[in-house]
Amino acid sequence: MELRKSYFADQRKDDLHEIGQPRPRSDSPGHVTGKTAYFADRNFPGMLHLKMVRSPHHHARIRSIDTSEAEKHPGVVKILTAQDVPHNVYTILILIQIGPEDETVLADGKVRWKGEAVVAVLAETERAAQEAAAKVKIDYEVLPAVFDMEEALKPGAPIVNEYHGRNYYLYDSGECRKVRFGDVEAGFAGADHMLEQTYQSSPIEHAPTETTGCIVVPEGNDRFTCYTNTQAMFFTLDNASIVLQMPGNKLHFVGGTVGGGFGGKVDVIVEPIAILGAKLTGRPVSFIYSREEEMQISSPRAAEKVVIKDGVMKDGRIVARKVTGYTDAGAYSRHSPYGAQKGAGHYPGPYTIPNVWIDTYCVYTNRTPSSAMRGFGVTIGDFALEVQMDKLARLIGMDPLEFRFINAYRDGDMKAHRQPTEGAALIECMQEASRAANWPVAEKFMAMSSYAKGA
Amino acid sequence: MAIRRGRGVAAINYPTGMNLGGDPTQALVHSTPTGNFMVTLSSVDLGQGMKQIMAQICAETIGVPTDRVVVDTADTDTGPHCMGTFASRGTHRAGNAVIQAAREARQVMLEVAAEELEVNASDLETDGQGNILVKGAPQRSISIFDVALAAHFKRGRSISGRGMFLIPRSYPEKETGAMKPSTCYAHACTVAEVEVDDETGEVTVLTVKNVFEIGRALNPKMVEQQLVGGSWMGISHALYETTEPYYPNRDHGGTDFNQYLMPGPGDLAQTEIIVLERPSADGPYGAKGPGEMCANPQIPAVANAVFDAVGVRIDTLPITPERILRALKAQASN
Repeated sequence: MELRKSYFADQRKDDLHEIGQPRPRSDSPGHVTGKTAYFADRNFPGMLHLKMVRSPHHHARIRSIDTSEAEKHPGVVKILTAQDVPHNVYTILILIQIGPEDETVLADGKVRWKGEAVVAVLAETERAAQEAAAKVKIDYEVLPAVFDMEEALKPGAPIVNEYHGRNYYLYDSGECRKVRFGDVEAGFAGADHMLEQTYQSSPIEHAPTETTGCIVVPEGNDRFTCYTNTQAMFFTLDNASIVLQMPGNKLHFVGGTVGGGFGGKVDVIVEPIAILGAKLTGRPVSFIYSREEEMQISSPRAAEKVVIKDGVMKDGRIVARKVTGYTDAGAYSRHSPYGAQKGAGHYPGPYTIPNVWIDTYCVYTNRTPSSAMRGFGVTIGDFALEVQMDKLARLIGMDPLEFRFINAYRDGDMKAHRQPTEGAALIECMQEASRAANWPVAEKFMAMSSYAKGA
Repeated sequence: MAIRRGRGVAAINYPTGMNLGGDPTQALVHSTPTGNFMVTLSSVDLGQGMKQIMAQICAETIGVPTDRVVVDTADTDTGPHCMGTFASRGTHRAGNAVIQAAREARQVMLEVAAEELEVNASDLETDGQGNILVKGAPQRSISIFDVALAAHFKRGRSISGRGMFLIPRSYPEKETGAMKPSTCYAHACTVAEVEVDDETGEVTVLTVKNVFEIGRALNPKMVEQQLVGGSWMGISHALYETTEPYYPNRDHGGTDFNQYLMPGPGDLAQTEIIVLERPSADGPYGAKGPGEMCANPQIPAVANAVFDAVGVRIDTLPITPERILRALKAQASN
């Protein structure tokens, strides 16, 4: 890595003692010698293991649940169903007043995705829990499912999630989050060229080294300690408090060292049910995803579809951009309404365009609920935007890097979501990339700066 | 049939934080009796090195070496509230909270030192090595060790501070979408060079040249580790990863690392990282959040390089050999 100190030197103090120093990480010796303690390194006498009975169907009504055979299985201590969960229908963003509550801790009457948790089995050993889970009999009436966002948005599509009553999240602005800046149709009308393209992605997995999980220990004083690898301690504590209808002071969360997260550990999935298990049995409970569960059950990055329409002038100026984004939330909201909204605030990327029109939709399908992942709401948008930029440059016969210089935002430029640009540095990044990659651009671009035009 | 070479560029920006939901983090700092400093947070270290960075921020602000600072993360009985480690907010939000707490603790420390040295606190400075000196008269000094002892056992003072960083929630305006989703933006530009085998559709990323602008590199070695790892993740996202290869069909999702493909050691691109620093106005020592941004520009850069190599556009991720071969076939039949 090279630090190029010549850029923005006038804005920086480089005489600090500790900041800017390449100090070795204090925790790395522990990590590389295997001595760092992760939550699962703890073992408690009498600890139970929790395994979920999961839906084999994408969408089905639950006619009946029979746990009698499973209860007789040696080693089984407790079996939990929806009726055991105090506040079974929840949504994590309710803490910031984003509703409605739309997801069940344990499925109640219906499953909406393949892999959804229906019954929790607590047993003396992992194996006993697994074997007993296989003995739970659930009678399903399979319902029509919808996997494709376009299909889900068509009239008459099966309703995925009754708590929404429609297959998209309803924002205060309507069926999508809108951004309107300038007059996009007038911009298109005056453009030399137009280009409309569609970009798509499929879900991807966070693939952390350490799988999601927690161990909950009753402290004997009506408090429960939850050792967890959540990325957000109080977020999880507060949500668990709501789900369990327990005051927050009964809960003590301990975490702090996590073997990778990438956004995959901000859904509050394992902790509430494990705490409930510990409360109802009076014993420590371990609920840790297998690698297969991490891959198949934990929220992936959402699949997205992005449609971009641009109006561009022969001289390289983009004069109008219309973006429609679709985020596949899967069966439940989790963080997806937020991600789709974050996307709306991100378009049209680091470029100054006078006329912008953005709609972003959060769509429900009978797929694994998606949620936060590194670059949440933005990554696929950046892919779409930057491939589109390449196509636009080639459309008008311009060098792709020079084309970006023409449109790059600078300090003071107004963004589409009506915030003036501050601290821009795109131009300097591109100048340095031009040098590093030996990709020459015209001298006038190398003379540009991100400081305000004319400054 | 041939191996064809191409290169592509992409440029991006990335928001730090998430104030569409309100974005608070708090920190507490206190001194032990022998002048070490404890930072208490409920922020989580995901492996990115938050504890180390918070230690450096606290040390810089108080004026002691980093190894005099211990960071305790993620215990809800002791750590004050943190929204969580996500949205590229850890360094920025928790760092600001730590600075505020450390400033308050530093002020008490200087007041105690002033009483011991019989000078005004405003006349004192730290040397960064564990001592407090009288400005302009460095022979008059006291160690922070002795200041802490005096505070605890003689003067009954708590060398401690409270820190809070809060970005009030932004509510998007319904019709225009006017909103303030974040405070500062990191930037990047990547040039990727690829080889595409037009017989097998296989893409090899030869080089990625990544330029990242991240406000300030608080610890350049740790910045490097994050940026190199993120760049690898971006390439993996571009060419390999999917839980649903036939999306929206749900079949064939991987269940382990044998089935869920990612680049192995033999697939690593030659990676060059260049870092620029334009300090953000509200960042801790100017830092922005590079954690997520660093995995984004490689994806379109690789896609554009594939087009440059073989003249087909793959607008659906991941850019698999199958998709490339199908596109080449469609191109040949046109």
